Amino acid sequence: MLDLRQIRKTFFPDTPNEVQALCGIDLLIPEGTFAAIIGTNGSGKSTLLNAVAGAFELDQGGIHIDGREITTWPEYRRAGLIGRVFQNPFAGTAADMTIAENIALAMRRGCRRGFGLALHRTARAEIAERVRTLNLGLENRLDNPIGTLSGGQRQALTLLMATWRRPRLLLLDEHTAALDPKSAAQVAELTLTLIRQEKLTALMVTHSMQQAVQLPERIIMMHKGRVVRQYEGQEKDRVRAPDLLAAFDQVRRREQLDPAVAALLAKQYG
Amino acid sequence: MTLVIGALTIGLILSLLSMGVWISFRVLRYCDITVDGSITLGASVVAILLVKGWSPWTATLVATLAGAAAGLVTGILHTRFKIQELLAGILVMTALYSVNLRVMGRSNVPLLDVETLASPMARLITRCSSNSDTLGVCGWQVPVQDAAMLVTVLLVTVAVALVIRWFLLTHIGTALRATGDNPQMVRAQGVNHRTMVVFGLASANGLVGMSGALLAQYQGFADVQMGIGMMVWGLASIIIGEALAGRTTPGLALCGAIMGTILFRLLVAIALRWGLNPNDLKMVTALFVFAALVLPDSVKSAMHRFFKRQHHA
Ligand SMILES: Nc1ncnc2c1ncn2[C@@H]1O[C@H](COP(=O)(O)OP(=O)(O)OP(=O)(O)O)[C@@H](O)[C@H]1O
Ligand SMILES: [Mg+2]
Repeated sequence: MLDLRQIRKTFFPDTPNEVQALCGIDLLIPEGTFAAIIGTNGSGKSTLLNAVAGAFELDQGGIHIDGREITTWPEYRRAGLIGRVFQNPFAGTAADMTIAENIALAMRRGCRRGFGLALHRTARAEIAERVRTLNLGLENRLDNPIGTLSGGQRQALTLLMATWRRPRLLLLDEHTAALDPKSAAQVAELTLTLIRQEKLTALMVTHSMQQAVQLPERIIMMHKGRVVRQYEGQEKDRVRAPDLLAAFDQVRRREQLDPAVAALLAKQYG
Repeated sequence: MTLVIGALTIGLILSLLSMGVWISFRVLRYCDITVDGSITLGASVVAILLVKGWSPWTATLVATLAGAAAGLVTGILHTRFKIQELLAGILVMTALYSVNLRVMGRSNVPLLDVETLASPMARLITRCSSNSDTLGVCGWQVPVQDAAMLVTVLLVTVAVALVIRWFLLTHIGTALRATGDNPQMVRAQGVNHRTMVVFGLASANGLVGMSGALLAQYQGFADVQMGIGMMVWGLASIIIGEALAGRTTPGLALCGAIMGTILFRLLVAIALRWGLNPNDLKMVTALFVFAALVLPDSVKSAMHRFFKRQHHA
């Protein structure tokens, strides 16, 4: 379960470049829920995920995972609870190290790392077995540098690494956006399989309305650092891609009105 | 023969330095100039302790720890106080100059008639070769002192290389290697990458300190100037090593570092014998590293342009 309370973040405060990236976000993602975040460029989606992962300190607000407050935890400590996949396929793996070594690192996420050999025989066997389930033929290339793989293959492995030890929360930031359509579909399918299998709590940023409508149980719409709308339950099941686009338009139109006028109109017409 | 044995011994001693430079420069991808100071630190610490009558092994160990402490400071300056990596190293290197003078009390400490790491081996060889002070190796007469030093240094270097190789394959070692490769990924896998950088720099400079300690025992003195240019020297050796052994696995890279250092030392010894002015040595080393860093790329692009023109013609 992820619980965000009144999260605020302003970049470059008190300068001409000031950006209010997160303006008081309240969000509750129940255990086992897969939620998608959609929103225009610069609406703060990545910033929200980075805030949860601990990439920077918040100006205000609290972050709780499974009832534990992690607001002051450093990023590497939060990684014990959080699995991540980045938009850039190169960001999630160490290019010059082998597939097996990369996975060996992920196998110890959140555990003590001692002086045991990282790739002893049982670890190797387990790695080969789980890589085989990806159906990418990578189990024969475990000792190749991961940098020699394609973006889609790397992203699939990053996903496997992020979920190797069941994370309390999985964060996916447009993790299929940099891939060709075919790989993107494969990785999206793998994402869904892994999340359903392990009943993971997950937050996925996406620009694809199709993905947003098809994959998750809940849709969170962001605009200018706020959550402007959420779809869940039956409403989510009914919603289609054009409806989401229409909702965006509505948000934008409302924004063009003077706030005072908007408030007046809202009072008048409910 | 003396030339070869000398080059081998110094090459093996400097292999420790090269392995240290390899850890910082290749594993952590950190350009750590602390090396120029910490090799002298190792030498001066061991010299002063040996003169005071400490056992050579303890003295060498303390020198190693002193080097590690220097690396630790550089690492903390960089990670905690956000000082640029090169500047952090320069600050520590500069400070070490004074530290080294303080440790030695003057700019040069000779080591005459003190017990060194090679002494037990020398006694052993002397006993086995019926108390003569030279040793016949393939028809050459080699002074026992030199042979003993070579064997001791060989044992130490091989043992250290094996330990490093083992370490790099452990959980912590894997995390250390990944830190240089992709710090963001390492954090996402729950590793404090700052601790890794500090730890890596400390071990690297520990090796460099050990190298300095052995060097002082071999050449029979410690000098406050002896560290100048040593980092570049290590780089040159690593680059040769990579050409010889590649860099695909830690084991190969370490092997390469050792072979590269010895070969480079041999080349230098031969060049000096042929009349290279020792004063020009650092210039030649720097030019060599420059060429090794730049040439492969410019040759590639020149070939590329050449073939493109052929293609169009
Ligand atoms: N580290 C940072 N430093 C300064 N400004 C930042 C930083 N990260 C994000 N911002 C700013 O915060 C705002 C929100 O950015 P964010 O990356 O969260 O948008 P996004 O919703 O992910 O957009 P996109 O769909 O383009 O990925 C932007 O105006 C951006 O310039
Ligand atoms: Mg983004």
